[in-house]
Amino acid sequence: MSTDATIDPTIDPTVDEVCAVAMAEAFRGDGEILCNPIGTTPIIGGRLARATFEPDMVMTDAISVLAANVLPVGDDDAPRLVEAWMPYRDVFDIVWSGRRHVVMGASQIDAHGNQNLAAIGDWRQPKAQLLGLRGAPGNLVNHATSYWVPNHSTRSFVSSVDVVSGPGYDRVAELSAFVRHNHEIRRVVSNLGVFDFRNEEHRMQLVSVHPGVTVGEVVEATGFELLVPDDVPESRLPTDEELHLIREVLDPRGLRKAEFR
Amino acid sequence: MTEDEVVAELESGMTIGIGGWGSRRKPMSLVRAIARSGLDDLTIVAYGGPDIGLLCATGTARKVAYGFVSLDSIPLEPHFRVARQNAAVEFAEFDEGAFYLGLLAAAHRVPFYPTRAGLGSDMLTMNPDLRTVASPYPDADGNHEELVAIPAFDLDVSLLHMNRADAAGNGQFLGPDLYFDDLFAKAARRTFMSCERIVPTEDLLDEGTFHTLKIPRLFVDGVVEAPRGAHFTECPPDYGRDEAFQREYAATARDPEAWAAFRERYVDAPSHEAYLAAVDAREGVGS
Repeated sequence: MSTDATIDPTIDPTVDEVCAVAMAEAFRGDGEILCNPIGTTPIIGGRLARATFEPDMVMTDAISVLAANVLPVGDDDAPRLVEAWMPYRDVFDIVWSGRRHVVMGASQIDAHGNQNLAAIGDWRQPKAQLLGLRGAPGNLVNHATSYWVPNHSTRSFVSSVDVVSGPGYDRVAELSAFVRHNHEIRRVVSNLGVFDFRNEEHRMQLVSVHPGVTVGEVVEATGFELLVPDDVPESRLPTDEELHLIREVLDPRGLRKAEFR
Repeated sequence: MTEDEVVAELESGMTIGIGGWGSRRKPMSLVRAIARSGLDDLTIVAYGGPDIGLLCATGTARKVAYGFVSLDSIPLEPHFRVARQNAAVEFAEFDEGAFYLGLLAAAHRVPFYPTRAGLGSDMLTMNPDLRTVASPYPDADGNHEELVAIPAFDLDVSLLHMNRADAAGNGQFLGPDLYFDDLFAKAARRTFMSCERIVPTEDLLDEGTFHTLKIPRLFVDGVVEAPRGAHFTECPPDYGRDEAFQREYAATARDPEAWAAFRERYVDAPSHEAYLAAVDAREGVGS
């Protein structure tokens, strides 16, 4: 952020905006695919990427069409520039075509990228029933996936997940050449930093820490051994154009703030 | 037909598919009629919303099979959550796309459709009866890829709610998404369809193009006229979701007394008309 001791949130980027940019960066280089982020910050990030450096991506209006214009998040009444009908069923054709990059949440994630959205405890009679497998099993074996975890702690970054909704690299290593080729966990963005699996072992490594966060804090909040390079940069700050887009165009109501509690 | 006449065609122990999606265009007047009928031991197959929640809460469902169970604006169906956490129902949870293939296989009368969805995940652990199948065709490296065989969903009956229909059973959706209603109709041995309004066949093109006529009478065995029949789920363009009522319903999952009162007042209302009267009689809430 600013080098000054005091941060002026009307001028300086705040953590939610750094996260939106980190989420946008997940899509860099994707080209003409379905950018399909789920959750407020991921949606802002995806729409930000398309409005700036990835203009060829297609995106849904989160209901039933592909909208070519820049839409504010959570606004069902904003006018859509419809470029295609995309009923729910057709999304699976795109999943199976591989031309998609999804961002999902993860109630739990482990060092290999195994994700749990389904249940805490024994799935036969869970202590807490969560959303379920949802589309995660199919997503992971067909196209790129990223994760958004706004509550980084040893309860979300765990040594072993209770249920595998989306399989990580260790499980996929035993599957077919097709699946190994199509499976990719591009990045994980949390409220503390950015992570990926770009090393020989495909284990989660720290890519950057958000402004004001130390490497030690990230390690402390992670329930497995995180790979940490010698030099860990700070996460990229939003440009002036990005800040304008986030604050004035993509999320004028500030819905993103609710994910940080 | 009436809702009760549809229920008279059903039996305890049946497997029933329900159209719609989450808290969207669910045949709720039919679901309530089942819940108050005394039928039990049912297996419910759906992209679940309050249909599954309600049939769990009333003890009508013995087993539920689903791609998800959600109220949309409330991400997890709270009555379903309670049923799962109490192990009150058997369940078969599928990847959302794999679930589609179970419907498609049934509609096409093949025993299964293959997919990669589920490989490496706990979908196979959670469904120990699921089998994999080796591709009969070698890939470029000469390997025969192992795929998950999603079995055809064997449905005795499907229940749908459409915006319009004619008396012969041709159904029309006027909203943005058909969901999988056509497949539910084709997958089941018999299908009963409620609708907002029955219109003469010659009027079916008055409100939508022929692209909206996706449920031909070939696959429909009975039609029920049920205005606001999807309430409290959405049924655009006729009406949106009754979010206030949905919140009221959802809150009863945490409070057995509130649930008993809700059940008596709304679920056990003797007819769809009586239900709507009870809904509209709530203090300060118009229809």
